[in-house]
Amino acid sequence: MEVLKIATAGSVDDGKSTLIGRILYDTKSLTSDKLDAIKKTSKQKGYDYLDFSLATDGLVAEREQGITIDVAHIYFSTQTKSYIIADTPGHVEYTRNMVTGASTSQAAIILIDARKGVIEQTNRHFFINNLLRVKEVIVAINKMDLVDFSEAVYNKIKEDFKVLMEKRDYQEQNITFIPVSALKGDNVVHKSTNTPWYHGQTLLEHFEQLDTKDIYNVGTPRFPVQYVIRPKTEEFHDFRGYAGKVYGGELSIGDEVVALPSKTKSKIKEIFVYDQLYQTASRRSSVTITLEDDINVSRGDMLVKAADLPTVDKQFTATISWMDSQNLVAGNKYVLQHGVNKVLAKVDAIHHKIHPDYSGIEENIQALAMNDIASVTFKLNKPIFFDPFKNHRTNGSFILIDSQSNNTVGAGFIQ
Amino acid sequence: MKKDTSKINPLENEAIYIIREVAAQFEKPVLLFSGGKDSITLVRLAQKAFYPAKIPFPLMHIDTGHNFPETIEFRDQLVKKLGLELIVRKVQDSINEGKVKEESGRYASRNSLQTTTLLDAIEEFKFDACIGGARRDEEKARAKERIFSVRDDFGQWDEKNQRPELFDMLNGQIQLGQNVRVFPISNWTELDVWSYIERENIEIPSIYFAHTRATFLRDGLIWSSDDDVVYRDENEVVEERLVRFRTVGDMSCTAAVLSEAADIASVVQEIRDSTISERGARIDDKRSEAAMEKRKQQGYF
Repeated sequence: MEVLKIATAGSVDDGKSTLIGRILYDTKSLTSDKLDAIKKTSKQKGYDYLDFSLATDGLVAEREQGITIDVAHIYFSTQTKSYIIADTPGHVEYTRNMVTGASTSQAAIILIDARKGVIEQTNRHFFINNLLRVKEVIVAINKMDLVDFSEAVYNKIKEDFKVLMEKRDYQEQNITFIPVSALKGDNVVHKSTNTPWYHGQTLLEHFEQLDTKDIYNVGTPRFPVQYVIRPKTEEFHDFRGYAGKVYGGELSIGDEVVALPSKTKSKIKEIFVYDQLYQTASRRSSVTITLEDDINVSRGDMLVKAADLPTVDKQFTATISWMDSQNLVAGNKYVLQHGVNKVLAKVDAIHHKIHPDYSGIEENIQALAMNDIASVTFKLNKPIFFDPFKNHRTNGSFILIDSQSNNTVGAGFIQ
Repeated sequence: MKKDTSKINPLENEAIYIIREVAAQFEKPVLLFSGGKDSITLVRLAQKAFYPAKIPFPLMHIDTGHNFPETIEFRDQLVKKLGLELIVRKVQDSINEGKVKEESGRYASRNSLQTTTLLDAIEEFKFDACIGGARRDEEKARAKERIFSVRDDFGQWDEKNQRPELFDMLNGQIQLGQNVRVFPISNWTELDVWSYIERENIEIPSIYFAHTRATFLRDGLIWSSDDDVVYRDENEVVEERLVRFRTVGDMSCTAAVLSEAADIASVVQEIRDSTISERGARIDDKRSEAAMEKRKQQGYF
């Protein structure tokens, strides 16, 4: 069984929540009590169909306004996979929410209203999923029932979208088009009889056959030390274990490693998962590592293979997504969290703003406002150990924290 | 046939990572322990996170006084066995001190009263992080919850202004007086928890398995008969039934389900086949469509 996390993107009223509700309903994932609640509320509101968005819009304000305000996570499983869908809002603060949703997803659904076609927002949705290097993108052309299931409409939207695709930076992204009606259920889980001209898979069929294993390129192992385990008991008197999660590759007993920033060399002595000893720590596993030599390693340090070092530097340029209502201006200082490592960062220069609708860049920028995307150079008080984001999703990304409010105010992808 | 439990591995790795972040980023964390399956699972994950060292934070139980006796017995045994520190704070004390008022009537419950006791305890011990076993699949307001969820001085949840959480990075920076609720098993489903309990051979209280119990029916749900705690009308007849509990909260707000599942394998099968949600047996959620959201805003767990 595999886990597939999918982010959704669409404008207000494109029918995202309805689509998710439809998937839940058609895969029989809605329990009878939840379904009864939806039926009851739909009837109260006088609808002549079931309003599946009621299944996902969890906040009072969301149900009152009929919009999604915050990311909701929805879970369901089939015989082959477990799914987590991040239902991200399509209106205000959408960039911030979409970046967040896409950062943890392997696949994304971009919804297009068949009546409206590719609009400015579609460009943004696509841009962000491409920036975040989401591997699989499904363009669901929704509300096909309202355009009489017209093949011509579908083809026109597909052609318009292909123009966008040529502009993308991450060309290896897989893109699939599917004509659907979330409200009526066409091509979501079940194949529609209304689209005889469409020979592709339904939305769910497509996800079911995706190979989610190693969906991101296996790079090179990086082991950021989260916590040092020192039991100080009689049995484990001299035990000094480095707890953390392995990213990008595997680590095995006997591997020659270098601790950063000290650059001290040692070898991996033991790998623990709970009380079991392992020969190899696999990718994304939480383990505890001991070393042959008693060297000084603490939280925020990183163990890497001696033959394969990351960049160690106090300065770098990154594409950032700004998420705070207070502007970012050159000279501002923030706490920069890179994995589990925290340093102080100063905005050295804002090079240019990138318009996420593919309309180009804008230079001579003084400040970044919420939802802006820009190329920025940072200077740090201490070096960090990083890889370019295109090679290493985890070790190439960071967040910015405002030291006054403590809020997460931005996310960055190192160039 | 060996069951496929590979799906739980990424969830387990994620939960251990989160628990370690709590120990590293906070000065005074605590694990909120109810004696239910989710918090028992958290204890196992915390053991795994710090082995061979002990869990570096205490457990805290907010005791409503309406617990199932089996749960309390189990709690005390577990703490003793693992050599953990347990803090207990009682809702009864908050009532005696006049801080909260006991509800009365048919649906009287101490469920919402425990918020006051919890917030007082957080202040008393100056806890800056409270680890809890809530899951996003349980309820739609919980589906909106972050992994590190910041609460203000009054313990309140500002649901419309939550910090974005990107990749694996957890921002635990807070101001004095604020605290963070941490949910390491956010992404687990009910079935995941049960499959994990089965795979790891984790002991759980006996009330999760089928047993004969004196019960009565109300609103189509099966209630445990205990006249000291659970309100019962005279015409509500007590009968012996073969039941088990799918979720364990207070006796006054947790209904039983008819079941013959007497061991963990049968329980897992039963959950897999179920067409009703876990919280369908929780009367505390049925007060209104927004019952959970309202309680969370006030500082409920």
